[in-house]
Amino acid sequence: MTVVTYRTERDRPRDAAAVRPAAGKESARELPPLSHDEIVRYSRHLILPDVGVEGQRKLKAARVLLIGAGGLGSPLALYLSAAGVGNIGIVEFDVVDITNLQRQVLHGTSDVGKPKSDSARRRIADVNPHVQVTTYEEPLTSANALGIIRDWDIVVDGTDNFPTRYLVNDACVLLGKPNVYGSIYRFEGQASVFATADGPCYRCIYPEPPPPGMVPSCAEGGVLGVLPGLVGMIQATETIKLILGAGDSLAGRLLLIDTLGANFRTVKVRRDPSCPACGTRTLMELIDYEQFCGVPHAVPETQISHGVPEICPMEAAAKLERNEIEIIDVREPHELDIASYPRVTAIPLGQIAARIAELPRDRDLVIACRTGARSARAVQQLQAAGFTRVWNLAGGIHRWIDDVDPSQPKY
Amino acid sequence: MPATLHLPAILAKLADAKVIESAGATVGALVSDVATRYPSLAPRLRDADGQPYPFVTFYLNDEDIRFHGGFDAPLADGDEITVVPAIAGG
Repeated sequence: MTVVTYRTERDRPRDAAAVRPAAGKESARELPPLSHDEIVRYSRHLILPDVGVEGQRKLKAARVLLIGAGGLGSPLALYLSAAGVGNIGIVEFDVVDITNLQRQVLHGTSDVGKPKSDSARRRIADVNPHVQVTTYEEPLTSANALGIIRDWDIVVDGTDNFPTRYLVNDACVLLGKPNVYGSIYRFEGQASVFATADGPCYRCIYPEPPPPGMVPSCAEGGVLGVLPGLVGMIQATETIKLILGAGDSLAGRLLLIDTLGANFRTVKVRRDPSCPACGTRTLMELIDYEQFCGVPHAVPETQISHGVPEICPMEAAAKLERNEIEIIDVREPHELDIASYPRVTAIPLGQIAARIAELPRDRDLVIACRTGARSARAVQQLQAAGFTRVWNLAGGIHRWIDDVDPSQPKY
Repeated sequence: MPATLHLPAILAKLADAKVIESAGATVGALVSDVATRYPSLAPRLRDADGQPYPFVTFYLNDEDIRFHGGFDAPLADGDEITVVPAIAGG
């Protein structure tokens, strides 16, 4: 296996795209040959009528970029490399957290705390040493997206947030690269193929994102561990179909997956003539996606929003003991069973606006959640409603457990 | 016209039902009926002006209602409407 790692945008060769024709546009004669080892390895593909030797050589020539090596990226990386996709790029700057392992099967227990791109490279090398892996250990941004994506034939969207999904969509439309889309939440998933020659894009289904906080992330709302496996495998299947030119792609259709109801169905997706990306094409360059999605700045879940007054758990515990504050816990009801604060009023974040009258304005309120991200949003909501005596509990129940009550488990 | 509204799990908990039987001459009329019967679900289906959100897509049978008049899309007996909000997990 050949490994290429670009730690920064500056390291990347600018002329890479010029020397690499797109897979699928190549004639059979230009496709790379298969070695004896590869012929044996891929024998079950080679005897498959819609793949065969030519199809396997198309897979070998293909260049597929995975945005994210998390829940969706894990099965994608494993199965695309096993299938013989010759060149796999991975954009991933995160490190492995133990809470990832319930679903991110690309990484193992011994990888906790290490860069995901390292475990991804190692696993892929073991699955198939014939694959060339390129990792980009940086977040995908408006500044680097076109430069990164330009080098690849197909992009697979395995991100976990709205700003990056719109960024990936727009970059793919601008560059004319198919975008194999998958998205998950709790027990349900979606998959499609966007930005094909005549097909619709993500904005044709969702012209604008929901306001921040309206749709919780998987870190906040939870996700069934097998679900990204299911949706990622559909993305892998669509990717391989695009490379082979086989079957009917999901372009123009949105696959809806309901694991609890055991239902799969598709609905039609049309190119919206008024879509600024693929319809009117008035969107000619990448924009500020954090601003577009109403996010003032990218806030990892484990950090506190800037500009929100906060109090540390030790101080909050002392004040609670003296009855100087009230703790408002904005986590979901089922989270309260895992670890809890003493003497709290529990109001889930989504109900704060509707139940704002229940909160006293003449008391010091400390808003708390799991890590401090949701509570920061609640503090901002309360400030906007005129509350002045409101603080965010820094680090949430995680830091509370570290500093005040180590008897409880983190989750 | 009697029709069926299918909710994703994230919204179904607000109505205690994944499938709601309702009626209306248009998708918008049916959504209004459902919003009245399930007040906590209402703000997740439509905005304060009663208009659809750009991040919640309604499919009438398997067609996006945006291409059929939006909430004015007419309903036929037995139509099925599916609500598909944007999700971003990965």
